[in-house]
Amino acid sequence: MISEHAALIVQGLTKRFDRPAVDALDLTVRAGEFYALVGPNGAGKTTTLRMVAGLLRPDAGAVSIFGIDALRDPVAAKQVMAWVSDEPMIYDKLTPLEYLEFVAGLWGIPPKVSQDSARHLLVSLGLEPHLDERCEGFSKGMRQKVALAGALVHDPRLIILDEPLTGLDAVSARHVKGLLGDRVRAGDTVIMTTHILEVAERMADRIGVIASGRLVAEGTLTELRQQNGHTDTSLEDLFIALVDVEAAAA
Amino acid sequence: MSSAATLTGFARHELRLAWREWLAMMTGGRRRRTRTAVIGLIAFAAIMHLPAWAVIGRFASLQLPVDKSSLIVITATIILAWALMLSQAIESVTRVFYARADLDLIMSSPVKLTNVFSIRIAAIALTVIGMALLFSTPFIDVLLLGGGVRWLSAFGVVIAVGLSAAAFAIAITIVLFRLIGPARTRLVAQVLAAVIGAGFVIALQVAAILSYGTLSRFAVLTSDRFAALTPDADSIVWWPPRAALGDGAVLLLLVSASLLLLGGIMAILSPRFADTAVSASAHAVTSRQGRGFRNFRGGSRQQSLRRKEFLLLRRDPWLMSQTLMQLLYLVPPAVLLWRSFSDSSAAIVLITPVIVMAAGQLAGGLAWLTISGEDAADLVATAPLLPSQVIRAKIEVVLIAIGVIFAPFTAALAFASPLQAAVTAGGVIVATICATAIQFWFRVQAKRSQFRRRQTSSRLATFAEAFSSIGWAATSSLALAIPAAAAISALMTLALIVATWKLSPRRE
Repeated sequence: MISEHAALIVQGLTKRFDRPAVDALDLTVRAGEFYALVGPNGAGKTTTLRMVAGLLRPDAGAVSIFGIDALRDPVAAKQVMAWVSDEPMIYDKLTPLEYLEFVAGLWGIPPKVSQDSARHLLVSLGLEPHLDERCEGFSKGMRQKVALAGALVHDPRLIILDEPLTGLDAVSARHVKGLLGDRVRAGDTVIMTTHILEVAERMADRIGVIASGRLVAEGTLTELRQQNGHTDTSLEDLFIALVDVEAAAA
Repeated sequence: MSSAATLTGFARHELRLAWREWLAMMTGGRRRRTRTAVIGLIAFAAIMHLPAWAVIGRFASLQLPVDKSSLIVITATIILAWALMLSQAIESVTRVFYARADLDLIMSSPVKLTNVFSIRIAAIALTVIGMALLFSTPFIDVLLLGGGVRWLSAFGVVIAVGLSAAAFAIAITIVLFRLIGPARTRLVAQVLAAVIGAGFVIALQVAAILSYGTLSRFAVLTSDRFAALTPDADSIVWWPPRAALGDGAVLLLLVSASLLLLGGIMAILSPRFADTAVSASAHAVTSRQGRGFRNFRGGSRQQSLRRKEFLLLRRDPWLMSQTLMQLLYLVPPAVLLWRSFSDSSAAIVLITPVIVMAAGQLAGGLAWLTISGEDAADLVATAPLLPSQVIRAKIEVVLIAIGVIFAPFTAALAFASPLQAAVTAGGVIVATICATAIQFWFRVQAKRSQFRRRQTSSRLATFAEAFSSIGWAATSSLALAIPAAAAISALMTLALIVATWKLSPRRE
């Protein structure tokens, strides 16, 4: 039932560097869902998402994006997906407008469609006054917004973000959260890693807690509370309790 | 801590940074390679004595008073060294302004900025002098061995020349800031550095071609006509050669004048150095392109990639200066070609290796920038394209750029000699393909801004690229003169390329 509506299905995903970074991870994210992946530093969140985005080849396991086998047909999977890393990678010598034109071209979006989308994104993210300035002088927050606009300009059905709010001021963070919320309401799927548990608590439909490369808990905030026998505790307390248990078990 | 102690500490810090930067350049940032780098450097210095002996060994017996022709040749050599040092100093000053790694820390510290920047200017001068001494020592050693200790004064001339080059570089850069603003200064300063470095030799060669039909710059310098235009032997113009030949009093005057010049520049411009540095770090915010929203262009995904690469190449100040330098080096052969239309000189054959060599070198740089220097690697890797399509589009950019730059030269050559044009075109194509292939095999993910250090990531790739260009240049030249020898040269260069491929980390 779930697989028919799943945006992402990860099965037995494994990646080893000096030690296992991701250890036979299973994860399912439904279409139209806002899913937050939380976990301590080095838990395997970024490695998992980099494998999903096709940036890292897994040692074992399977990744399916809207029913497309991402390991067998990466081009088709990438067509419906966008990736935003925590360290915004943009071109210093391009302007935001030139950057969005390039990204739209890479995804093969007709110019008539992409230029309207670019205009809307640049206005929504408060980048309109800077659309003709080269990115080399931008602050980290502005660069992050340009990278986010690039991820959204080709209208992806699955948006994967690694710590997208890092370095953003309160107003920019609200812009970004608003934009992501709009995408979810429009039927797109968002998967996001974050260290800001309050954001996960407020925005996510479901939260996955990852530790030592494995998913140790998953569900809505209410479900997580029930699973752990607390009814009115915060996500932060739940998170610490879950991670402590995992650390003790390791 | 006292002010003097703070400044001494800062001076030590500057020297340590300069040393580590140089060491990292030599070792590729790997500590274990330090010993190898030192041994390599000593070996290089020792080997350099051989060409030094061949070039200036015969001048070791020169003693004051000397004839005007010798004074002219020595002065020209010193001007050439000065031009190269000035070029390097302009690059160093620009780097200090635009790499803001520690400017925030320095400018927020409770020390007098004028003093701090004076030390930084002195550090630039020391770096320039250090490099100059490194390269000139084998030549001066040869003179010392053949002509005695009086040649020790040549070291003093190198120091004086380095001091004045640093002073001029700082003055030029700050004047550029005032005249054209920080946004344009970076590009103009880099172009200027390239032009100054190559300009003197090229101007001499062009003069030699126009006057004597030869590429030899000494043809002009040793001519009676030129000697007649120069001042008398006791003129101040001849102080540098007289100082180099062992005139102690003149050497003292020369070094003192250079020190005064640098001191004056430090006193006048150090306070402005801070303002300039701040302007440079903030300039990008106002660097504008275009006017508001405009329609996007269509095309395939590969076209988008190519368009982006061309745009970035066009906006790359390093590339602009390097391309200009390569084109400048092509000016003398182009002038020779123009003259050869009328007198069918055999010297026209010299054009082919110069063009092939320039194409290979430029292709290597372009290939690194497009293939390895991808600033948004994650974006391109997550785009719905096969990696082979991405690489193909990037390689096409290199080939198109080289074609656009070198096709006019080859076409002009076709009017003088169709056969030579065909050989040159073949050489350009092969040298470009080989340089691009080497960069492809040794590709690493890097930022475009790391271009200056690209050689440190793989010495093998650097040498292979250089020898490939030299090999194909020689092959093209031999194909026109001794075809049988060209076959041997081509086979040797091919063997080098195959060996490079075998040793490369990404054989595909």
